[in-house]
Amino acid sequence: MLKVFNLPDLGEGLTESEVLTWKVSEGETVALNQVIADVETAKAVVELPCPFAGVVAQIYAEPGTVVEVGKPMIAIEVEGAEPSAGAAPSGAAEAAGAPAREPTLVGYGAAIESGARPARRRRTAVPAAGEQPQSTPAPVAVAEPPATEAEEPARPVERPRSTPPVRKLARDLGVDLEALAGTGPDGLITRDDVQSAGAAPSAPEVERGSAPSAAGEERVRITGMQKAMASAMVESAFTAPHATEFLTVDVTESMELLERLRASRAFEGLKLTPLTLVAKAACLWLAKTPELNSKWDGEAGEIVRFRDVNLGIAAATGRGLLVPNIKAANRMDLAELAAEMRGLVGRARDGKTSPRELASGTFSITNIGVFGIDAGTPIINPGEAGILAMGQVRSQPWEHRGAVALRQVLTLSLSFDHRLVDGAQASRFLAGIAGILRDPASLITHV
Amino acid sequence: MSREDVLTAADTASSEPIQLVAPDGTRRRHAEFDAMLADVNDDVVADLYVDMVAVRRIDTEATHLQRQGELALWPPLLGQEAAQVGSARALREDDFVFTSYRENGVAYCRGVDLEDMLTVWRGNASSGWDPYGINMATPQIIIGAQTLHATGYAMGVKLDGGDQAAVAYFGDGAITQGDVNEALGFAASYQAPVVFFCQNNHWAISEPVDLQSRVPIAQRAEGFGIPHLRIDGNDILAALAATRIALERARSGGGPTFIEAVTYRMGPHTTADDPTRYRDQAELDEWKEKDPLTRIEEYLHTRGMAVDGFREAAQHRADDVAEKLRRGITTMADPEWAAVFENVYAEDHSWLNRQREQYGRYQNLFGSDAGGEA
Repeated sequence: MLKVFNLPDLGEGLTESEVLTWKVSEGETVALNQVIADVETAKAVVELPCPFAGVVAQIYAEPGTVVEVGKPMIAIEVEGAEPSAGAAPSGAAEAAGAPAREPTLVGYGAAIESGARPARRRRTAVPAAGEQPQSTPAPVAVAEPPATEAEEPARPVERPRSTPPVRKLARDLGVDLEALAGTGPDGLITRDDVQSAGAAPSAPEVERGSAPSAAGEERVRITGMQKAMASAMVESAFTAPHATEFLTVDVTESMELLERLRASRAFEGLKLTPLTLVAKAACLWLAKTPELNSKWDGEAGEIVRFRDVNLGIAAATGRGLLVPNIKAANRMDLAELAAEMRGLVGRARDGKTSPRELASGTFSITNIGVFGIDAGTPIINPGEAGILAMGQVRSQPWEHRGAVALRQVLTLSLSFDHRLVDGAQASRFLAGIAGILRDPASLITHV
Repeated sequence: MSREDVLTAADTASSEPIQLVAPDGTRRRHAEFDAMLADVNDDVVADLYVDMVAVRRIDTEATHLQRQGELALWPPLLGQEAAQVGSARALREDDFVFTSYRENGVAYCRGVDLEDMLTVWRGNASSGWDPYGINMATPQIIIGAQTLHATGYAMGVKLDGGDQAAVAYFGDGAITQGDVNEALGFAASYQAPVVFFCQNNHWAISEPVDLQSRVPIAQRAEGFGIPHLRIDGNDILAALAATRIALERARSGGGPTFIEAVTYRMGPHTTADDPTRYRDQAELDEWKEKDPLTRIEEYLHTRGMAVDGFREAAQHRADDVAEKLRRGITTMADPEWAAVFENVYAEDHSWLNRQREQYGRYQNLFGSDAGGEA
């Protein structure tokens, strides 16, 4: 009768082996324990001794083939043998239609995909008759994200003014007060303002009505830019060991400073935002912690230290993520930085970013605050040592001069390449930036 | 002192292992050792040889069975037959043996059932045999822990006033373990009747022995005040004589003895290991010249025995043993699920009973045809 030798687990927990050479050929007579093949596992090259004596009927895998544990290697025609318990061909049980229960400790291990489970435990969540299946979150058209991350929307320091009954009405009608311009005295949002906003058909509602069924799907071609972003992220995430630190800081004084500066003539026509200040502070502290302004060159076995800071600003454009950088940002003053940033972001939004602007970045900032986010674990732009994410500035109860006060705070998240930067250096850098934002007057000490 | 200097010191004539049969079969004289072998005539030597052939055959068959998917793992002893058979054959039935997982030659000589030797490696049982049936504990997987068990047992023998001995088998890798050093300390302090039989097979998995010990291993016993013997572990007569000396000392109240049997692991650490990645072929070839079996063949040849026919007979017997082993393993029934709860505690245990009951309910979910009986 024909007996099949399936590849066993030759080590402890191996799943496959590569056939190197066959020492026998079809039609040849083999003895018990005769070496029939050399196979290579993840651990060793081993000789396979034949478990049966007989004539080789079939060889299943050519040299060079990787065979999964439990799959047939060789069939031997054994004279007058009864089926042996230990070496039944794997096909036998399957052919019989019986759910094969693989031995788990010896030989072939547990079947990877069809692990035997207690029959009674199989409880698929089938909705009862008449019961509507819970709809999976259908794709809902989301309002276009701001064209660029870099643009800080002019956020009112106070929330829109209105009266409590009007706020309740807005809540009931699902109207966002922040999106409304009040028509009342001093910009007060009135009941009429809310009602007229509530009457207007809101875009998401319409989209939701015509959303495709949960079973439907839409396939979108991966564009070159998405592909580029994906491969950059994968490359970075799986070569640079990332570590991320967070720090929340009271930026009230910085906000006040920005307010004052905006009114000054030097910044006329410029868009001065917290991002500008964070960028300036980052440049100052990159000079003090050069580890964060460097590059790991594994091939050369060297670390590259950059003299200047080419400051990347992550921008979400209609076509995907771009990180153009401002060359030698460390040599610019606040007004120059603000001007550069504006130009950079504008070009990114218009799809006019030059290749030069995308090359040779040394450190990046991503402003996730514009999406109303506080913190994250950003992935480093490949070839750089760190990336700083700034969250949104929000009013929060915060300790201030020994009491709790409503302060404006924001969270900074710093991801760094732990090959280049250690925790102490990263912490010093992050705390340094936070120190400037907390007390912008301290900038004077950097001059 | 550089590492080279240490190695030179370790190889000096004073630490040369005691050898009674040279690799070429020459019989060497050693007054103290020869005195222990007065009863060992050529027939006894031939009988020792037959055991070594059987042990090697079992080891080879088990290695094949692992490659064929019948065993999960196997730790081969190829090359260490003389150290194991020689020492084990010196023991009395009422002596108690504590071994590591590689002492399958010792287990064979103690009379362990062939299948029992392999059930654990097949995953069919969590333990191999009833230790009290043959006065041999089941193999210890934790490196060196059995030296403590042996010492404790020996201390008990002494308290009982018996003349039995305990023997601990371990390897060169174990000597660095805290357990082994604690055992040596206690054995010396209490003058326990225990024999520490260290098979220095030169490799602790992939770590060479000279990295582990800068002096011959036997010398370590001096610091504990334990008499020691350093023997050629591939010489079965030296192993037999040394163990007899140690046992006699133990039985007569002389306390522990440390034996270093210098041998060589010719195969991998286990079937999951590839020794070609860490050791030279030249080293292996050198030790093949010192094979424990061929030197006895040579010796018996010099004694005028017709070795060829004798060797074949021994091989046939060994093949029968191997066939019995294979049949036993390949037809072995899967254990009943409840077997795992047996021998956990000596007495009934409510916590374990609850687990058994819960596991039984789980097993029943598979239905009666899926091995859930018992």
